[in-house]
Amino acid sequence: MPEAALLQIDNAERVFGGGRTLFGRRLPAVHAVQGISLDVKKGETLGVVGESGCGKSTLARLIVGLDRPTAGSITFDGRDLVAEARSDPQKLARRVQYVFQDPVASLNPRKTIRSILEAPLRHLLGLDKAARAARLKELMEAVNLAPEFLDRYPHEFSGGQAQRIGIARALAADPELIVLDEPVSALDVSVQAQVLNILDGLKARFGLTYVFISHDLSVVESVSDRVAVMYFGRIAEIGPAKQIFAEPRHPYTHLLLSSAPTPGKRSLIPEDANTELPDPYAPPPGCAFHARCPRGTDTCLAAHPPLEPAPGQPSHLTACYHPIEGAGHA
Amino acid sequence: MAAYIAKRLLAAIPVLFGLSIIVFLIMAMIPGDPATAILGSYATPENVARLNADLGLDKSLPQQYLIWLGNLLQGDLGRSYALNRPVLDEVLERFSATLILAGTALVLCSILGLLAGVISAVRQYGLADKLITVLVLIGISTPSFWLGLLLILAFAVKIRLFPASGMYAIYGGGDLPDLLHHLFLPALTLAVVATGVIARLTRTAMLEVLRQDYIRTARAKGLTERRVIYRHAFKAALVSVIPVIGIQAGFVLGGAVYIETVFQWPGIGSMLVNAISTRDLLLVQGGVLVVAATYVLFNLAADVVQTILDPRLR
Amino acid sequence: MSDTAAPAMPARKKRGGGRPSALRLLLNNTLATTGLLVLVLIILIALAAPFLPLPDPDVTAPADRLLRPLADGHLLGTDALGRDILSRLIWGARVSLAVGISATLIAAFFGSLIGLVAGYAGGRVDALLMRGIDMVMAFPYILLALAIVAALGPGLLNALYAIAVVNIPFFARNIRGITIGLSRREFVDAARLSGKSNARILFGEVLPNVLPIIIITMSTTIGWMILETAGLSFLGLGAQPPQADLGSMLGDGRKILFTAPHVSIIPGLMIFVLVMSINLFGDGVRDVLDPRLKSGALTRPVARTAVERARVPERQPHKDNVLDVVDLNTQFHIGSSVYRAVGGVDLHLKQGECLGIVGESGSGKSVTAMSLMGLVPTPPGRITGGAAWLEGEDLFAVSDERIRQLRGADVSHVFQDPLSTLHPLFTVGDQLTEAIMAHRPIKRSDADKRAEELLRLVRITNPTERLKVYPHELSGGMRQRICIAMALANDAKIIIADEPTTALDVTVQAQILSLLDTLRRESNAAILFITHDFGVVSAVCDRVAVMYAGRIVETGRTQDVLENPAHPYTGKLIDCVPVLGQPERRLDAIEGRPPVVDNLPAGCAFADRCPRAQADCRAGEITLSPFGEDRAVRCLHPLERGAAHA
Repeated sequence: MPEAALLQIDNAERVFGGGRTLFGRRLPAVHAVQGISLDVKKGETLGVVGESGCGKSTLARLIVGLDRPTAGSITFDGRDLVAEARSDPQKLARRVQYVFQDPVASLNPRKTIRSILEAPLRHLLGLDKAARAARLKELMEAVNLAPEFLDRYPHEFSGGQAQRIGIARALAADPELIVLDEPVSALDVSVQAQVLNILDGLKARFGLTYVFISHDLSVVESVSDRVAVMYFGRIAEIGPAKQIFAEPRHPYTHLLLSSAPTPGKRSLIPEDANTELPDPYAPPPGCAFHARCPRGTDTCLAAHPPLEPAPGQPSHLTACYHPIEGAGHA
Repeated sequence: MAAYIAKRLLAAIPVLFGLSIIVFLIMAMIPGDPATAILGSYATPENVARLNADLGLDKSLPQQYLIWLGNLLQGDLGRSYALNRPVLDEVLERFSATLILAGTALVLCSILGLLAGVISAVRQYGLADKLITVLVLIGISTPSFWLGLLLILAFAVKIRLFPASGMYAIYGGGDLPDLLHHLFLPALTLAVVATGVIARLTRTAMLEVLRQDYIRTARAKGLTERRVIYRHAFKAALVSVIPVIGIQAGFVLGGAVYIETVFQWPGIGSMLVNAISTRDLLLVQGGVLVVAATYVLFNLAADVVQTILDPRLR
Repeated sequence: MSDTAAPAMPARKKRGGGRPSALRLLLNNTLATTGLLVLVLIILIALAAPFLPLPDPDVTAPADRLLRPLADGHLLGTDALGRDILSRLIWGARVSLAVGISATLIAAFFGSLIGLVAGYAGGRVDALLMRGIDMVMAFPYILLALAIVAALGPGLLNALYAIAVVNIPFFARNIRGITIGLSRREFVDAARLSGKSNARILFGEVLPNVLPIIIITMSTTIGWMILETAGLSFLGLGAQPPQADLGSMLGDGRKILFTAPHVSIIPGLMIFVLVMSINLFGDGVRDVLDPRLKSGALTRPVARTAVERARVPERQPHKDNVLDVVDLNTQFHIGSSVYRAVGGVDLHLKQGECLGIVGESGSGKSVTAMSLMGLVPTPPGRITGGAAWLEGEDLFAVSDERIRQLRGADVSHVFQDPLSTLHPLFTVGDQLTEAIMAHRPIKRSDADKRAEELLRLVRITNPTERLKVYPHELSGGMRQRICIAMALANDAKIIIADEPTTALDVTVQAQILSLLDTLRRESNAAILFITHDFGVVSAVCDRVAVMYAGRIVETGRTQDVLENPAHPYTGKLIDCVPVLGQPERRLDAIEGRPPVVDNLPAGCAFADRCPRAQADCRAGEITLSPFGEDRAVRCLHPLERGAAHA
């Protein structure tokens, strides 16, 4: 491969709960993510798409070090990210940042915008007063907000403005990688477009790398170079965005694409199909999608399918024993 | 459900253990020498040493606790030196009187408090609401012991409607009407504060619930407003008020100390006050332990009721 | 695209940003102000005690014993030892206040610290601290204080410690609960990613948010603590002679209650006045600081939206329409501001038809829908104009009882979040049969059968079993099916669906949409479908109405509007939506933000953001004018056919 991966996740797993009680009884455990392997190259946008409970937010928290994997490894620019998150979280925070889903909840209601944006400058970069003032000006200009907003409190802002402040905060320490966890799903469409355009501009201007997490397929399609589709804590399919959207190989990806309502399209899928997720405390053996899958066979029940490349497309991997071949989605 | 109750009962055991440790420690941290306290300052050193050995006070603290706990489990709480009888006998005798008083007060404050709270919420900002709010405020600001004195002055001295003190009439009493006659004033006094607290929280809980989406759904279904309020909203509000009633059981049991003193009710509260002033510490210990254990059971009952009402807790 | 206009919520800004006005808010509350004045007066007198011309409170004068109030030289009389009661009262109040305040501060400090640390640290630290707190809480409150005093020996200082100790759990629990909630908030993660240490986050980010709660808890417990210390003194376990606090004065007086009641009544009254003033003031503080109370969140909505129509339209309903809404106006009155959430909406529904109302948040689409059956909360909402004819019957003119009969029968609702819209404490079966039995006199067993049929209708397998479960035991999609079943229970003519699939995952959404579509064709019910998503509109709606700032700006057949939007807002809005399969499409954002509906501009509300705006757009009322077949637009300079999607 010509360029080395900036971020490399190898077989990461995060289990919540588990352990034993005082009397040795097993406590219930949930695998939030399991067997996740992927890498993100410098300068690209990796879209991560999936429905609620698929583990995409857990994955996001693992990448920025807010949470730690229970197994597997994560390396950032050749260094062990998990170890660094423990030993020197500030060093990691200078290079990897995060934009939150709920723009208002991510701003402390009792702090001015100035003090929110100054925190990373002070604690991560150790800038002096003059340097901070200069950087604040730059940041506000970068996200298209008037500098007089600095002395206001978060409740005075609309969702779109608050999200731009959230982006400015992430940008403050001049990171290389930004994880965006559903950055526009709390926003109205017109505002969503504003924020997406700003993100686009910032990426080009500062040479950023994005991991863009969303449940909205069309948003992910419009921003991503590559896409990972997650289902029930695992990657179902990963590959170049164009290929995934044009020729989905995993039946789940296909279902997602055909379910998404599209303006001007009046096609409805059959309404009595099963949409229940498996019980996370008692996951079925083999492929978690089997119960909903039109192509499922007994093979799928035996063991979880490995991620394997499509013929002739080494970068397009699918975890399915019976992938859809050829034709694009209808 | 039976399994749940059993589980809760089991979970209460460590709490009871904790209680016993705290009670033991409080008594162990008493400054000075209990033997001297018991025998008086004129006791000879030999007598003091012998009593110390008798009481096991020459052993280490954990050892003392284990001995004490062993005796406790056999129902031996020691002897009250002031009354010269087993602590357990005295405590149990007194406890029934307290239970009658506190139980009545608890029932009274639950009913009145819930009623007032619901009315207040349903008629928010109306006359009834304002009146109840003011009454509640007065109720929780009044020292109960003072209120007791006022009631005695008014109803026992001035109009002689109720007796001023005691549990039964000295001559010819002893039946249920006589008990109720004596019970009325102290139970009412004891219930006042708790009624206020419950009414307040019920009002807030009802108002909170009435804004929930499922209340809008109930209305959208075309249910009558009566049904919306008294079935849908009240049940949900009750779930958050039940633990408060459990806590009020503690306030009522504790508040009995004042009320029993004021009305000379022969319960455990007045016993405790006397025991503290005579430094009859084993009696204090026994009384505190029994009342605290009762309170744990009250809370347990509140938990169980809450779980019956709310399937999400199961 | 830089926002230089004043940011959000000008209404809130007008009142000075919220914070500085806290004192003024407090003073607006008469009761709280009275409490504050009395309290300040008592404190001033107590502080001034050494300088006031009072007799020594501890000097006995047996000759003057038990003088009644208003006696010469003794305004409030004397006690059994001939001491001046007024003097003792003032000195006693001084002691009681000092003890009450100190106990509160001690309890608040240690309790809050434990609560903050336990709530923030979580895990083992939390478990350990809270088990300890639980132990202390396992004692009846006063009893523990009594036991502590019994051990330490009677005395004012010991009573103070005892009261402080037994109140620590109260603070610890309260503060822990709040802290846990705050520690999981995203701003804590954001602070961590800004390089802040745990201590900095706890005391710099979390504490400022907890502080109001600590103050509320203090202001509501201080009165209680004064009462309790007085109680211990009353029992002779607090202040020891000759020192007196209010409680010990009362305790002394009790012995001579029958002969000289004033000796006990006066200190009791003083305790009552003191505690009452503190509680009044404390309630005021709580009302000001508690965000729920501040936002009016604890106001009880009544059963039906208030109708105060300034004008009733003269136009009569069209007989083909099941529902005909004319000039609907709904307003929210909050403080002195009037929000015109719906400012003159006309719409109609034919039998079996699905009309979509699309708009962004704040456009008034939900309020429009909720106004019809009076489900907009009052206060603060009220319907101020227009009419809604349901088969010739004006919904805003009929009685409350008639509305109740129509709700859930002729007109039913499906709401957004199926978890919060179902009652958590009743089984699915209970809730379904209740909906049935509210409208027809049938036996419970028949209602049960009908409920089963309904579940089958919404494609729920194993209906007999499902009737017995509670909503939290079902998945989101299942719950929404239950809600749809409930809406179908009484063969509704109109189903009002308010964002019914917004809270659902995309694959579940697709199925719920198909289900709704099939069922409405089977039952021939009309649907009023509220959504923000043009994709959803395309999937199920025959016609669409686009709302902006409380008004319909464009309406027409779904395909016509989507393909050839006439209103510039519709056009721009469609351009904002990313479309699957067209990743290269440039997203065209709309500059600026919608106007706030308490301050609408004259003329077109969209004019400030519109590239086609001319002077006449801001001049006056613009009507919703016909624009081709089945089509209307509220614009003086509509887009040409085919001009959109350049």
